[in-house]
Amino acid sequence: MPIPLSYTLRNLAARKLTTLLTSGGMALVVFVFATVLMLEEGLRKTLVETGSMDNAVVTRRSAGTEVQSVIDREQAAIVENQPEVANGIDGARLASKETIVLISLVKRDSDKASNVLIRGVGQKGIELRPQVGIVEGRMFSPGSAEIIAGKSIAERYHGARVGEILRFGQREWTVVGIMDAGRTGFDSEIWGDADQLMQAFRRPVYSSVIVKLNDARGFSAFKNRIEADPRLTLEAKQENVFYAEQSKVLANFIRYLGLILSIIFSIGAIIGAMITMYASVAHRTTEIGTLRALGFRRATILLTFLIEALMLGAAGGVVGLILASFMQFFTISTMNWQSFSELAFSFTLNAAIIAKSLAFALIMGVVGGVLPAARAARLDIVDSLRAA
Amino acid sequence: MHFFKLILRNTLRHKLRSGLTVLGLVVAIIAFGLLRTVVDAWYAGAEGASSTRLVTRNAISLVFPLPINYQERIRKVDGVSAISHASWFGGVYVSEKNFFPQFAVDAKTYFDLYPEYVIAPQEMKAFRADRKGCVIGRKLANTHGFKVGDTIPLRGTIYPGSWNFTIRAIYDGAESATDTSQFFFHWNYLNETMKKAVARRTDWIGVYVIQISDPDRAAEISDEVDAMFRNSLAETLTETEKAFQLGFVSMTEAIVIAIRIVSFVVIFIILAVMANTMAMTARERIREYATLKALGFGPCFLAGLIYGESLMIALAGAAIGIVLTFPVAAQFSEQVGTLFPVFGVSRETVYMQAAAAAAVGLAASVLPALRAARVPIVDGLRSIG
Repeated sequence: MPIPLSYTLRNLAARKLTTLLTSGGMALVVFVFATVLMLEEGLRKTLVETGSMDNAVVTRRSAGTEVQSVIDREQAAIVENQPEVANGIDGARLASKETIVLISLVKRDSDKASNVLIRGVGQKGIELRPQVGIVEGRMFSPGSAEIIAGKSIAERYHGARVGEILRFGQREWTVVGIMDAGRTGFDSEIWGDADQLMQAFRRPVYSSVIVKLNDARGFSAFKNRIEADPRLTLEAKQENVFYAEQSKVLANFIRYLGLILSIIFSIGAIIGAMITMYASVAHRTTEIGTLRALGFRRATILLTFLIEALMLGAAGGVVGLILASFMQFFTISTMNWQSFSELAFSFTLNAAIIAKSLAFALIMGVVGGVLPAARAARLDIVDSLRAA
Repeated sequence: MHFFKLILRNTLRHKLRSGLTVLGLVVAIIAFGLLRTVVDAWYAGAEGASSTRLVTRNAISLVFPLPINYQERIRKVDGVSAISHASWFGGVYVSEKNFFPQFAVDAKTYFDLYPEYVIAPQEMKAFRADRKGCVIGRKLANTHGFKVGDTIPLRGTIYPGSWNFTIRAIYDGAESATDTSQFFFHWNYLNETMKKAVARRTDWIGVYVIQISDPDRAAEISDEVDAMFRNSLAETLTETEKAFQLGFVSMTEAIVIAIRIVSFVVIFIILAVMANTMAMTARERIREYATLKALGFGPCFLAGLIYGESLMIALAGAAIGIVLTFPVAAQFSEQVGTLFPVFGVSRETVYMQAAAAAAVGLAASVLPALRAARVPIVDGLRSIG
């Protein structure tokens, strides 16, 4: 027969300060653990959702990023005319020949400069990315010195709100619209007319070509033809794969740093749980003896103390998760090492992270509680009843 | 004397509990020290910067180059004593994981501007004589086991193709803060290769490094250089080397801030553990405290006992933790290789660790000490713990 749960609960309530401190320590560890997972998930979501399965990105072989890539006009024309590329309603190819450069802009809050990605897009640029919508102002008109800024750029940089002017490449560019790309990487970009930007930056070449394929299944044929063509020194990637690779270094950095920290920190919390549980066993030696004398088995005692430790862990896990869920209101912006440009992403909480964090908290509880529980279970009835 | 003996005996009464608390502290203090060292490593480039060097880059952003013919015009500016240039190469050695910075530099002048890169004269001569030679730092050499005479193959990302360089010299850092994870080769070689491949990309360099004789005139000289190229095709932005390096740090500031915050979270975690230990200890001994009070000892004595015990545990943890931080940091530095070129535990970090431990020791005993000092004798004697 198991010992009633209320026994365990009342024990925890009897030593409020101790219970509070022990689960408080665990809550902090779970907070760090969950926050890191949320950050990684936010980054993943931002970059993976930036790309679409049906789109392909063509860049120069081994360039890695669009900024380092160079595609001349002839090559771009060959890519555009591959048979797998879809046609729009107007019969024109659904392809955007783009030029990407980085410019240094100054942040509103800190007055420090950071690299922002400017994308010169072709006529079909916006059609290829259905997630991008203009939320304020209007689209830039082709052939003019007009630009539109991503939502997180407009908020954070000087000169990037509607009606403001940015000066680069010996010209002044008017911001005529703000685009919302649904928290994808495009929110951290500025878009303008590709030909105008190429002229301003004296770049006679494109950086990348984005095409919409008739069918995502046609990608491998498209890729093979592009990469086998002796006239081209290019490589093709599915857009979602391309963007996921862009974040690999940053995502790995966050994951490893976070994991190492969580493990190290959890040692502290586990020790806290152990101290509490050992004390809990020591205090209740007579009680344990009484329970055993009443007929409760060793296994039952073991289970009772393990449940107590699990509850400490669970309380810590829940509190830590509640704290971490507030992080969803924050957005983090940092330089993505691979693309060398600013990227904004937010903490994203999902069911998997909740499950992982709670499991982590329970594991901390069990690891901290198992030795003290074993000690309680091993106590001899006579000795423990005799203990003062 | 008796007072300290009593504290020591009290500490050793629950050996397991005190031992576990000390262990927790050791882990927390090491973690705190490592995180602070990681933050320091982030700023290492800026720390190692010289006040007599300016960096001129393209005003649009670092990815835009500058024409080589600016060199002679900048050299003529009053106050400029020497000039050289460097271009980011961005090659990949075997795989992306083996990242280290590579620069194409003017072999004749570059190292004169960087006296902190110590190179043996005969190795320097060998490097200058070999167009396909390169100079690498000691840390980079140790990470991959490179020796003078070895060939390093790089896959170009910005400059396409595969490139092979022969190591002609290995430089050491004059100070511990000198970055010895870099790779330098002849810009002339890069330029001539580009002339054959993409003629459009010849005669461009990444940044100019300017040596000035008087650091106080840095702002004035920077303005003069930038004014010279205003409204040209490649406008420039000149700043001190330190500002240039801090520019990189500020781009990843969010990560630095996060690491800083987290380094304090671990202190709070251990504070909770420590406070728990002290709370339990004081709760168990409340009857003893009442007895001591009945014998005539004042509340200050009791508080002193509790604070003393807590500080003793905290400082024991801090001492072990600080001593262990050094080997752990050395091991960590070896593991991450050239990711953090300069990784050393600073004196401030050690002070911070000691201060954090002392703060934890004091804060943990505030409540228990108050309770012990306030407890009425009768209630205390009646308490069952």
